[in-house]
Amino acid sequence: MKLTKQFEQPVNSTLKQVVMIVIFLCVLGSVFAVRYLVSKPADIVTQGSEDSIKRYGFHLEEVSKNVGIDFVHERPILDKKLEHIMPIVAAMGAAVSVVDFDRDGFADLYVINSGPGSKNRLYRNKGVDKAGNPLGFEDVAEKMGIADLNRPGDGACMGAVWGDFDNDGYEDLLVYRWGKPELYHNDKGKGFTRVTNIAGLPKWVNAGSVIWLDFDGDGMLDLFIGGYWADDVDLWNLTTTKIMPESFQFANNGGRRYLMRNRGFDKQGKWLGFEDVTEKMGITSKRWVLAAAATDLCGTGYPDLVLAIDYGINEFYANQGGKGFVDKSKDTRVGDRPKSGMSVSFGDVYNQSRFCIYTTNITEPGQILQHNNLWVPEPNRTGDKLRYKNLAEDLGVGKGGWSWGAQFGDLNNDGWLDLFLTNGYVSADQNDSYWFDYSIIAGQNSSIIADAARWPAMKGRSLSGYQPNCVWLNRGGKFDDIAAAVGVSETLDGRAVVLVDLWNRGVLDVVLATQNGRLLVYKNSVAPANGWIQFELQGSNSNKSAIGAQVTLYWDDQAQVQEVSGGSGYASQNQRRIHFGLGKAARVERAEIRWPSGKTQTITAPEIRKLHKISEPT
Amino acid sequence: MNVATPAAAPEIKAPSRFQQIKPFLAPMLITCILAGGQYGYGILETNEQGLFFGLPGTAVAIIVSIVFELIAVKFLSGKWPHLASSYITGISVGILVRSNIIWYYVLCSLLSNSSKYALRLKNRHLWNPSNFGVSMLLFFVPQDVVPLSLQWGNHPWVPVIIMSLGVIILFTLGRLHITLTYVACFCLLSVLRSQIAGTDPITEIGVLTVPSYLLFMIFMITDPKTTTRTWPRQIVVTIAVAIVETILRLCRETHAPYYALFIVFPMANLLEIWWENRASIDAGQKPGPGGR
Repeated sequence: MKLTKQFEQPVNSTLKQVVMIVIFLCVLGSVFAVRYLVSKPADIVTQGSEDSIKRYGFHLEEVSKNVGIDFVHERPILDKKLEHIMPIVAAMGAAVSVVDFDRDGFADLYVINSGPGSKNRLYRNKGVDKAGNPLGFEDVAEKMGIADLNRPGDGACMGAVWGDFDNDGYEDLLVYRWGKPELYHNDKGKGFTRVTNIAGLPKWVNAGSVIWLDFDGDGMLDLFIGGYWADDVDLWNLTTTKIMPESFQFANNGGRRYLMRNRGFDKQGKWLGFEDVTEKMGITSKRWVLAAAATDLCGTGYPDLVLAIDYGINEFYANQGGKGFVDKSKDTRVGDRPKSGMSVSFGDVYNQSRFCIYTTNITEPGQILQHNNLWVPEPNRTGDKLRYKNLAEDLGVGKGGWSWGAQFGDLNNDGWLDLFLTNGYVSADQNDSYWFDYSIIAGQNSSIIADAARWPAMKGRSLSGYQPNCVWLNRGGKFDDIAAAVGVSETLDGRAVVLVDLWNRGVLDVVLATQNGRLLVYKNSVAPANGWIQFELQGSNSNKSAIGAQVTLYWDDQAQVQEVSGGSGYASQNQRRIHFGLGKAARVERAEIRWPSGKTQTITAPEIRKLHKISEPT
Repeated sequence: MNVATPAAAPEIKAPSRFQQIKPFLAPMLITCILAGGQYGYGILETNEQGLFFGLPGTAVAIIVSIVFELIAVKFLSGKWPHLASSYITGISVGILVRSNIIWYYVLCSLLSNSSKYALRLKNRHLWNPSNFGVSMLLFFVPQDVVPLSLQWGNHPWVPVIIMSLGVIILFTLGRLHITLTYVACFCLLSVLRSQIAGTDPITEIGVLTVPSYLLFMIFMITDPKTTTRTWPRQIVVTIAVAIVETILRLCRETHAPYYALFIVFPMANLLEIWWENRASIDAGQKPGPGGR
C-alpha cells in the first residue's frame, strides 16, 4: 500500500506531463492546419485561352507589340543626395489615361514618361479594318505638342487626366508633375494649345494625384490636386535631406491640396481660369495623397471625395451641396486605421446600386500585412449616416502585394464587376531584398524617418519586386484570383491600370503602365454568349464630359450603378464610356441616368449589345 | 513574458502594501502601454467579421491565455494560479503578433502557454512563452503573421515615457540590470554593425525606440521564469542574446531579436541546469527541482 502511494504521484505527474505535451503538439499541428486551410491556393490551371474562356468566360492576351505600342517608361532621376535610395523615391510616374481626343469613336491612350528629357506618348487608335481586326496605334504626341513635358526645371510627369474644361465638346488635358502642372486645350482634335498661363494653376505642386470633378454642380469642370511631397521641396535641387515622411503611419508633412474651382466665362466668352477654394471648402490636411476619386456616395447629388493617403489614414470628404466639404473619414470608417493608401476606385460589387470603395495598401509576407480594403456600405445608411464595413478579407480581395492601381470592370460580361489589381514596387536584384533595411527605418521616430540621409542604401536590392498582378473574378460577391489562368502573368512593377473597350467589341480590355517598364495592353476575348450594353454620355447643363454622371442599369431583378469618372485608381483614368456586362440576359428593363446637374433620365428597355450615345436633355 | 512573483518569505510576516502590489506592476505597465497605444494610435487590429464577436485579436489572445492557464494549472496542481503571468503572456502575444486571421491570436496564445508545460526540464520551462509562440508563428506562417510594425506616433516622447516607466518598474522588480546590459550591448554592437554594413550608426541605434523593441527589452528578456538564476549569469546571457541578434541582423534577418532570444534562452537554461546539477552532485547532495 505504501509502495503504491509512493509510485502513484510520479505516475500521475508524468501522465499529466504527457497530456500537456500532447496538447502542445495538437496546438502546433493546428498552426499548420490553419495555414493550409486559409492559404489553400485557388485552382488556376488552364489549358490556354479556349479553356480559360470556357472556365472563366474570358482570356487576356498581351498584344502591345502587335498593335504598335513599344513604350517603355523611364523613371525620374532626382537630386544626387537621394542617390542611395533613388529606386524607392523615384518609384512613381508610370501612368496612363484613356481619351477619344479626336472623337473618331475609338479610345486613344495618353501615356506618361518621367525620365529627364523623356517623351510622353499619345497613342491614337487607328480603329479596325472591315473584318474587325485592330489597325494598331500611332504615336501623335509630338505632332500634337504634348510629348516633350519632362524638360529640366519643370519637374517629372506623374500622370494626366482628361476633361472638357471649356465645354467645347473636346477633352482637354491636365498633366501633373512633381513640379509644374500643365493645362492643354484640345483644338478640336487637331492639336493642343498650352493654356497653363491663363489657368491660374499653382506654380509648383509635387502632385500625387489629380482628378476632374464638378464639385459645385455649376456645369464647369473643377480640379482637385493632391500633393505628395511638401510644396517647398524641389526634388532636383534639395537644400536638405529632411524631406521624407515624418512617420510611416501618421505623416502630416506632405504636400497641400488644391481644390481649383472653374470660374467659367466672362460676358465676352473669355475663359476666366481656376480659383483656389481649398481652404474655403475645408480640405486642409497635409497628408501624402497618392490617389483620389470622386463620385456621389452620400446620395446628395454632389460628388464626395475619397483620398488614398500614403503614410496615413485615408480621407473621405462629404460634399455639402457644393458649398464645402466635411471630413467624414472617421464617421464613415474609411479612415479608421493608418495604412499606405495607393489607389481608390468605386464599384458596385453586389449589384445593389451602391458603390463600394476599394483602396490598396501594402502586403509582404513576414513583414507587413496591411491588406487592401473593400469598403462596403452598411445597409440603410446614407447621407450623414453613411458608414462602411471593410469586407476585403471576407470577399477575398484583401491580399495583394505592394499594391498600386486597381479598377473594377466586368471582364467576362457576366453581370458582376471584377477587379484588376497591379502589384510590385522595385524589382531589382532577385536574390536580395531591401525589406530588412526598410523595417529598420519604418518604426523609428520622426527625426530619423524624415531624413533621407539616414536611410540605408538600397545597393541594387529589390523591395517587393517581381510580384504577380491579381485578376479577381467576381462570383456574385465573392472573388477568386485567376490572373495566371486568364493570361496575366507579367511581374513588372505595375502602377496604373485602365479598363477600356479599345476596338468597340463590347468587351473591356486592360492597359497597364509599369514603372521603368513596358506599357502592357491586354486584349480581352470574352465568351460570346454573355451580353453587354454601353453608354456614352454628353452633358448640356452638366459638364460636357458628363464627369460625375451615374447610370443605374436594371435587369434580371438586379441593379448595378456605374459612374463617369474624372480619374480613379492610381494615376489613371478609365474610358468615358460606361460598360455593363449582362450575362445571359436577353433584355434590360431600364437605365436610369442621374446627370451632374441633378436631372434624371430613364431609358426604357435599351437595346443590348449596343453602344448608346445619350445627350443630356435640356 | 512572465511577471516577477515575490519570493517566499522566510518568516511569517504580513506583506507590506508594496509587496502586495508588486506582482501587478508589470501587468499594469503593459496595460497602460496597450491602452495608450490604442487610444492614441489605434494599434489594435479589428477583424471586421471576427469569429469572436468582432473582438480584437489582442483581447482574444488575453482571454485564451488566461483560460488556458486556469485549466492547465488546476489540472496539473489542483490549485488556482496567479494570473499575472498568463495575462502578460496574452497581452504580449496580442500586441506583438499582427494577423488578419483571428485564429492565429488563439493559436499563438495557446502555443505560448502550452510550451510552458510541455517543454520543461527539472521543473523549469526553457523558453520564454510569448517569445516561443511569436517566433514559431513568424517562422512557420510568415504569409499570415507579422510582428508589430505599427508606429506609435513617431514622437520621441513616446519611447521616452515607456522606457521611463519601464526603468522604474524593472528597478523595483530587480531586473533593471538586464535591460541596461542589453541597451549597452545593442548600442556598442550597432556601431560595429554600421561599420560592417556601411549604414548610419544613429539609424542602427534608433531601432531601440521602436515600440516592439521597447516591449522586448522591458518585458521579454527580463522574464524571471526563464532568465538564469544569478545576476552575473543574467548579464552574460543578455550579452549573448545581443551578440546572436547582431549576427542575425548582419544576416539581414528582420525578426532577429525574437530569434536570438529563442536560441539563447533555452541553451542558457540547459547549461545552468546541467551546471547546478553537477555542482550538487560534486557537493554530494541530491539535486533538487530546477537543478538546485
